[in-house]
Amino acid sequence: MIRDDLFRVKVGLAEMLKGGVIMDVTNAEQARIAEEAGAVAVMALERVPADIRAQGGVARMASIKRIREIMEAVSIPVMAKVRIGHFVEAQILQELGVDFIDESEVLTPADEEHHIDKHQFKVPFVCGARDLGEALRRIGEGAAMIRTKGEAGSGNIVEAVRHLRSVMDAIRRLTVLPKEELMAESKRLGAPYELVQWVAEHGRLPVPNFAAGGIATPADAALCMQLGAEAVFVGSGIFKSEDPARRARAIVKAVTYYNDPKMLLEASEELGEPMRGLDVSRLAKEELLQTRGW
Amino acid sequence: MKIGVLAVQGDFAAHGRVLEQLGVPWCEVRHPEQLSEISGLILPGGESTTMLKFLFEEGFLEPLRDFARRGGAFFGTCAGAILLAREVTNPHQPSLGFLDISVQRNAYGRQINSFVDRVLSPAFGPPPLEMVYIRAPIITRVGPGVEVLAEHGGHPVLVQQGRCLAATFHPELTEDRRVHERFLQLVESASAR
Repeated sequence: MIRDDLFRVKVGLAEMLKGGVIMDVTNAEQARIAEEAGAVAVMALERVPADIRAQGGVARMASIKRIREIMEAVSIPVMAKVRIGHFVEAQILQELGVDFIDESEVLTPADEEHHIDKHQFKVPFVCGARDLGEALRRIGEGAAMIRTKGEAGSGNIVEAVRHLRSVMDAIRRLTVLPKEELMAESKRLGAPYELVQWVAEHGRLPVPNFAAGGIATPADAALCMQLGAEAVFVGSGIFKSEDPARRARAIVKAVTYYNDPKMLLEASEELGEPMRGLDVSRLAKEELLQTRGW
Repeated sequence: MKIGVLAVQGDFAAHGRVLEQLGVPWCEVRHPEQLSEISGLILPGGESTTMLKFLFEEGFLEPLRDFARRGGAFFGTCAGAILLAREVTNPHQPSLGFLDISVQRNAYGRQINSFVDRVLSPAFGPPPLEMVYIRAPIITRVGPGVEVLAEHGGHPVLVQQGRCLAATFHPELTEDRRVHERFLQLVESASAR
């Protein structure tokens, strides 16, 4: 796999975000609350996923003015989303100087067949995945970080857990397969053979593996970490809750102490109401965001 | 000799892998009491604002000063160097001040200005040190008594004062072990005294 200096620098930033919380924000004030709470990065958005879901219509890259306002408000890295396959939105965000681009299923896809060729960019990309095959296809295209898709804007952790388990189980499986079965496995996964070989040899993804999509509580965040995620994204879960600053701090604490029930108890006290949440199993198929992209 | 790696967030696991390769016992540090079990502490790369907030809120400041007084050694990379500095700008933020340097955060620009370079350091000799800079700070001032071990583009990038070593780049993201080895020597000489 490609391990040139540019790719190492891209993955390097993802390494720096490990053990941290990346928070969705829609303006400078929210960005400052997130930074003050200990976020390692913010995701600049026009609307949080719960609102995108509720309001419908085409969801596009956020306005430049809004992203710039957020970049000026904080000193931590700023990420922003582009539509799947919309490489021109990505060119514009790179020119603007955002630190990471999320090619995201939360926005309305621009291309239903092809994702962006991320090797063409200096800025690193994160992409969502539901299983190992999808994760390795995105890494093959140049993604420097993988996150679970989960089900964004649902406030329901069930899909992120499904996707994390699916990725981790498939990784564990690869490590015990005899070498001669790796090509067939690569075909079955629909993933590049050399990346399948790499995972079989190392027992992990070649880029950091984060969780996203439905995290609403400190316990949700720690659950993802204990299942093998290396950091978490929290979208609607913070600014759709009753007391965003307090919840943000609590989730940061829960990710640092993800394996320490005593500290998790502390982080879970007196948080106010979480976001309301949706029963994903009752959502119509066409309402699901996770099935966008392949 | 046991080394602790501050594990609030950041690339602490990368430092851990280096220590394992060098055969040194290490542990992740998340509680101030753990400082009594170790002789050297690594402050890894990551977000200095996040780590700083944690150190303040979890009551690390006094225990860290005690650790320094007892002869404990420190090694900070990137964000870790920012935490160790006496003065931090862009924006101004508090710091531990164990190392008499001033640093400017994100001084090369944003992520698109991150880079890898190879620089010969007289202190280490050939081959050149491989340096990975990620949204890196620049050391804008070194006080008297601070030794500059490597420079890049006219700025000090690896400095030492007493039992405190700091790099603005990430030796833990390369295969070159010389900077970590130097830190381990520092820890050994400190605990031998």
